[in-house]
Amino acid sequence: MKHLSSADLTRLELQANEIRQSIIEMLFEAKSGHTAGPLGMADVFTLLYFEILAHRPTEPEWSERDRVVLSNGHICPVLYATLAHAGYFPTEELMTLRKFGSRLQGHPHRQALPGVETSSGPLGSGLSQAVGMALADRINNPYSAKNVYCLLGDGEINEGQIWEALLLAGKEKLNNLIVIIDRNGIQIDGYTKDVMPLEPLASKLESFNFDVQSVDGHNMRSLHDAIGKAQSIYSQPSVIIAHTIASKGVDVFERDFRWHGNPPGKGPEDRVPRSEQAKVALEKLRTLSGAISKNNIV
Amino acid sequence: MLSSHLDATLCTADQTSMANRDGYGSGLLEAGKRDSAVVALAADLTESTRTNIFADEFPERFIQVGISEQNMASVASGMAAMGKVPFMASYAMFSPGRNWEQIRTTIAYNDANVKIVGAHAGISVGPDGATHQAIEDIALMRVLPNMIVLAPCDVHEARKATVWAAQHEGPVYIRVGRSATPVVTTPESPFMVGEAMPLFQVDNPVVTIFVTGTMSYEALVAAKYLTEKGIATNVTHMATIKPLDTEALQAAAKQSALLVTLEEHQMIGGFGGAVAEYIASETPVRVLRIGIDDRFGQSGEPAELLREYEIDSQSVIRKIEKALG
Repeated sequence: MKHLSSADLTRLELQANEIRQSIIEMLFEAKSGHTAGPLGMADVFTLLYFEILAHRPTEPEWSERDRVVLSNGHICPVLYATLAHAGYFPTEELMTLRKFGSRLQGHPHRQALPGVETSSGPLGSGLSQAVGMALADRINNPYSAKNVYCLLGDGEINEGQIWEALLLAGKEKLNNLIVIIDRNGIQIDGYTKDVMPLEPLASKLESFNFDVQSVDGHNMRSLHDAIGKAQSIYSQPSVIIAHTIASKGVDVFERDFRWHGNPPGKGPEDRVPRSEQAKVALEKLRTLSGAISKNNIV
Repeated sequence: MLSSHLDATLCTADQTSMANRDGYGSGLLEAGKRDSAVVALAADLTESTRTNIFADEFPERFIQVGISEQNMASVASGMAAMGKVPFMASYAMFSPGRNWEQIRTTIAYNDANVKIVGAHAGISVGPDGATHQAIEDIALMRVLPNMIVLAPCDVHEARKATVWAAQHEGPVYIRVGRSATPVVTTPESPFMVGEAMPLFQVDNPVVTIFVTGTMSYEALVAAKYLTEKGIATNVTHMATIKPLDTEALQAAAKQSALLVTLEEHQMIGGFGGAVAEYIASETPVRVLRIGIDDRFGQSGEPAELLREYEIDSQSVIRKIEKALG
């Protein structure tokens, strides 16, 4: 795995910012959908699709590609925006999100859109599918270089099936499985610590025989290093707890669970009126983008 | 008269019985030998689903997931996404009973190439009682798009259904029972998915019984008796519940005044429901559904339970006579 230069970091951060802008635009146009999770995971998705993964956007079924299983399907705006920016389909199509006839279903459908590895939405089943992919890949070729990445929400791991899958992954020592948990601390009904406390999460996962790392989910270099380490572990599966900020990038939306399931234009009004929400979010992101570029020049 | 394709000892003193789960075991082994992509999963019920035969031969292609049917369904989906042909077996009460949503989203909606085997289906599970007697699984599976639903009549059909499923691209549900039931067919009998198979044919049938799964023998005993009594009765076996052989239903509806369905399953939503839905909208003729009438099962020997729930041959005779007045 190569070392990330400062030029790489700037490229990735600008790319994540573009993806965040697309997320705001597509959600505003769709008039429904989830905001907090997609914005919060934009850095992880950018790093995966623009730096880490072996994949071919113009040949989405390329058999040697790494697999990405998005288990918490409701954050699909970030998957769609990332796939479009990576070249899987035209970015203009993002504006069809959730509309009749669109390939961009409200929750992802494997058969609808290239680059989507599975249908998801009902929480808790993605990790089992990733385990199945990792098992099958090992049977197909014990020396396979492929990795299977599974993205989970932190609220999602309330589901019992997650722990069934963790047991099996640990039993089978699936070193080709890398799980990334979006630890943003919120779920629909409130903060995860109130709805269903997860801590001590790292030690729970360790006790299931995973290698566990906790990182800042917005620090590209830390994330990159953590994934590099996870790839090098050969005796057990890996999980990275990515500490993220819900709605990251738009400070007036950040950390507020009320942005979980609302699009700009329909979110909480105490900080920004609904009529201004999309405009303010895009302005904030563009300002941030300018700052990223400027810092690089300096 | 009995179809010439059937076991010659059927309805004689030499008649034999076997469990159709044994047909799954031998069919899985055969499919595994033919295609190295075939893999098998079990959730701590390896021996009683007869998955052990495959697991012993191909240990590297067998996944023991432990007692986790929801996990098993989605793991199978993931393996199918990587080109495998997974067969996942458990008791029907747990799969698809416990894991229906995982089957819906990760197998049927994905059109994943997974074969689901529901063993110990029906009340003939016997002494284990209602918690282990799946009498809803046909309803659960036939409502899913992309799913093919098979209920073989005996051990030979269960083997053929398994081998067929392995070479079919897409999700398949195969329902098999626990107890030994009469061997109706032979290894050479034709087995065509989507095509009904006449078992017993008479001239000018007044009644045609459509039967699915292991109830074929009960239907045959009833039809022979009724025919001898002057109520000419055909028996046609439908191993394929979905897609339904609608041509066979139409033909029978033209021939017979009464169509009867027989299954070891709830009448609500089951095979009889599927037949009645089609007949009511296309070729209206009276349909008498015989199945379990909105009750749970209980402990007992299979024969006692078939009698109690009025799906044995004597109950079939009684209900048909009553329906004809």
